[in-house]
Amino acid sequence: MAADKPPVFLERASYRRRRIADAARVLPVFGGGLVMVPLIWAREGEGAVTTVDAFLYIFGIWALMIGLAAFMAPLLKRIGRG
Amino acid sequence: MSFNLLITVSLGYVAFLFAIAALAERRAARGQDAWVHSPWIYTLSLSVYCTAWTFYGAVGFAARSGLEFLTIYLGPTGVLIGWWLVLRKLVRIGKTQKITSVADLISSRFGKSTSLGMIVTLLAVIGTTPYIALQLQSVVLAISVFADGGLVGESAAQTALWVAAGLAVFTILFGTRNLDANERHHGVVMAIAVEAVVKLLALLAVGIFVVWGIGGGIADIAERIDTSEIADWQVSQGRWIGLTFLSAAAFLCLPRMFQVLVVENADEHHMATASWAFPGYLLLMSLFVVPIAVMGLELLPEGANPDLFVLTLPLSQGQGGLALFAFLGGFSSATSMVIVAAIALATMASNHVVMPIWLRFQGQQASVTGDVRHVLLLSRRISIVAVLFLGYLYYYLSGGSEALAAIGLISFVGVAQALPAMLGGIFWRGATRHGAAAGLLLGSAVWVYALFLPSFGAGGVFSETMLAHGPWGIAWLRPQALFGIAGIDPVVHAVLWSILLNATAFIVVSLVTFPTPLERLQGAQMVNVFDLAGETRRIQSQMVESEDLLIMAQRIIGSVDAQRLFQREAIRQGKLGFLPDPTPDFLARLERELAGSVGAATAHAMVTQLTGSSAVTVEELLAVADETAQIMEYSNQLQAKSDEQDRTARQLRRANDKLTALSRQKDAFLSQISHELRTPMTSIRAFSEILRDESLAGDERRKFATVIYDETTRLTRLLDDLLDLSVLENGQVSLEVQTASLGAVLDRSLAAATPGARLEVAPRRGADVVVETDVGRLSQVFINLIRNAEKYCDAEAPTLSIRVRQIQGEVAIDFIDNGSGIPEADRDVIFEKFARLTDTQRAGGAGLGLAICREIMIALQGTITYLPGQGGAAFRVTLPVRLAMAAE
Repeated sequence: MAADKPPVFLERASYRRRRIADAARVLPVFGGGLVMVPLIWAREGEGAVTTVDAFLYIFGIWALMIGLAAFMAPLLKRIGRG
Repeated sequence: MSFNLLITVSLGYVAFLFAIAALAERRAARGQDAWVHSPWIYTLSLSVYCTAWTFYGAVGFAARSGLEFLTIYLGPTGVLIGWWLVLRKLVRIGKTQKITSVADLISSRFGKSTSLGMIVTLLAVIGTTPYIALQLQSVVLAISVFADGGLVGESAAQTALWVAAGLAVFTILFGTRNLDANERHHGVVMAIAVEAVVKLLALLAVGIFVVWGIGGGIADIAERIDTSEIADWQVSQGRWIGLTFLSAAAFLCLPRMFQVLVVENADEHHMATASWAFPGYLLLMSLFVVPIAVMGLELLPEGANPDLFVLTLPLSQGQGGLALFAFLGGFSSATSMVIVAAIALATMASNHVVMPIWLRFQGQQASVTGDVRHVLLLSRRISIVAVLFLGYLYYYLSGGSEALAAIGLISFVGVAQALPAMLGGIFWRGATRHGAAAGLLLGSAVWVYALFLPSFGAGGVFSETMLAHGPWGIAWLRPQALFGIAGIDPVVHAVLWSILLNATAFIVVSLVTFPTPLERLQGAQMVNVFDLAGETRRIQSQMVESEDLLIMAQRIIGSVDAQRLFQREAIRQGKLGFLPDPTPDFLARLERELAGSVGAATAHAMVTQLTGSSAVTVEELLAVADETAQIMEYSNQLQAKSDEQDRTARQLRRANDKLTALSRQKDAFLSQISHELRTPMTSIRAFSEILRDESLAGDERRKFATVIYDETTRLTRLLDDLLDLSVLENGQVSLEVQTASLGAVLDRSLAAATPGARLEVAPRRGADVVVETDVGRLSQVFINLIRNAEKYCDAEAPTLSIRVRQIQGEVAIDFIDNGSGIPEADRDVIFEKFARLTDTQRAGGAGLGLAICREIMIALQGTITYLPGQGGAAFRVTLPVRLAMAAE
């Protein structure tokens, strides 16, 4: 009977909402880790990272973070409303 | 590029900003504020973070320490990308509690404490004043680039004064026009949004000119970067981490940032857009910084100030128009910062310093008789002038020296001292006002001692010996090497110790002190802001006249707004007119509305002056808690009730199913029984008819009579069985309980069942047990099982083995034959009435045997079940070792 069935789809939706919120919390940690990479790379000697490489790396992850945040924004907005 | 043109264009630009702001204000007043309330305007308004210090200074920063300047942008990027963690909560709290500033947030969280509000305000003023001076300096420096021979001495100071005065006028006009309940300034926000666009476009224009106009495109610039002196840049690990953290902390705590992030926020969802759009803005702002720095170092003469490359580079190439545009960008950066900072500081100063003092001097009747609204607006305006004048004074006294350039980071460290109290306050209910005050005071003291005062240079405030050897020669107290740990970058050193000691003091003192009831109430409301959908009910009061409240409210938020508020409240209470009953609900709401204008602490003080009860008591707090608990209890009960109903419905449904099945069974039973009775009756009738024929021979007659006799016997047996079954089923059976050896019962049953030659009975296994039961009934079951084995076992040499064992206080007797067993599908039905799996003839019974067995075993408090997996048909009979009491 219909009333006996657990609300499968509702559960799934709220599960999804939680995971989106998790992703939103993890994102800055992930970005923070990437931004700290310049601390360990070699700036002198063999295989040194040039300033242009460093520039490209930092702006690359920056753009990546912006892209991920832009992807998350509408999802989070929907959660906020729901 | 004439100097006069520059001045004309600047004035024209300022006039344009005034017009934009005025237009936005007018449209907002008419209710057409949709376009002001767009997420894009919100995002652009956040750009007050990018001041002249970042507009001009980033290039200088890059020229001096390479990519390190990026940390100043990466911190805020982290905060916005992680908006779900902190910003969202800040904004929600800001909205529900009508927070007007950082000072208000901390004061309100910690029991609407006046002194905490003052501490934070003071800290903000000390931290921001030099920063405002820096903006004035940047404008003066930028103008002097265009002036012949530069601006020096008095003319520079005069220019700074004019700029400061102009900004004061703008800020007063658009920042204190209204005492809006939610403290939003549409005109200001609109103007800074326009300025944000101007400064971004200006920097991009200069960058594009540098890369493609002077340089030879991207590849060429990349090559120049790697061969320039910037390429020697080394990553300082401490500064990289320290500055990223610092800029993130400052982004949350700077008064101007809090103003645009939280106070001016019109809709929480705007943050979602800003979370990626503002980092994008920052990225674009910093994209061309390195190329400009590299090109400036290459083309401009040795010793040129790298902080002004953005202006001097286009000028040196004869691009006067571009330089003018860049100047407007820098001018926008400086003015937007000063305007917002002045508004934020003025709000703090008037709400947390002027109002409390004024209230104290006015005494008890202040709320009713004093002209609060006038005092408030006046104090705001004076505060704005004072803040700008302080900035100018700082600029004038420091002589516009190079020392100012370092003030940006120093200022950041100062305002970041509010971070532990702010985050602790919104995430930790255990934080107390003593903890917050201890942390703030200790952190600020360390900041002043380790960074702010030494920033005036050796021989400034601290003597050279003092800096090198510590006060009274105590090396552990050296301002820039506390605890004897030297060699850390001064800014990182100050960040480390001030924030560490601040947070430690905050936590430790919070742990050992006890919060007041109001603190606990506010703490719960802020920390759990997402769980408390509605307003928590508030407390009080002794009798207060609504009329007094209305008079007071009119003085604070203006008569129109106050009357509207009271009228709405009266309607909500179902009354006519302007005077609602002073219910606790109403008082709480009124206090919150007033807090939007004068801050939580002052609003609380004013309302309680009228209502009398000045503090929340523990009993009242408990009453609130009780109420919440009752609501939760009630909802739990409802939940339980609904669960119970679900359960009952399920049970009813099951019972109904069973009844339907039983009714069907009954019909089947009746038709079965008719059939079973009819078969022997038919043959009896037929043979009786034949017997009536006189001509029958003697042995034939006997033969037919035998048939009739057999059929009658079968009928009788059937009827006996039915009777037996019905007696058993109705529970009317009387048991004759006696003690007997199970072995003996089995032997007797075997003998009675008289297994013929067909069935061989294997030797019994298992120890003998004494049982106390109705022996006759039990043997009836056994006999039935043995006979079934004999009848139905389809093996060539049928063998029946009987095993007795004791399992957990029960005796289990297994009857296992070596036939093919009962198919799984049929196992459910064999204990039903008339369930015969094979044909009637061979069985020679009505199919009631196992049904009777089951009923008997139920009566004997045992069970009979089919035992699968034994290699043949197997039945297990269990019964308790002692039948404690005979059934009736």
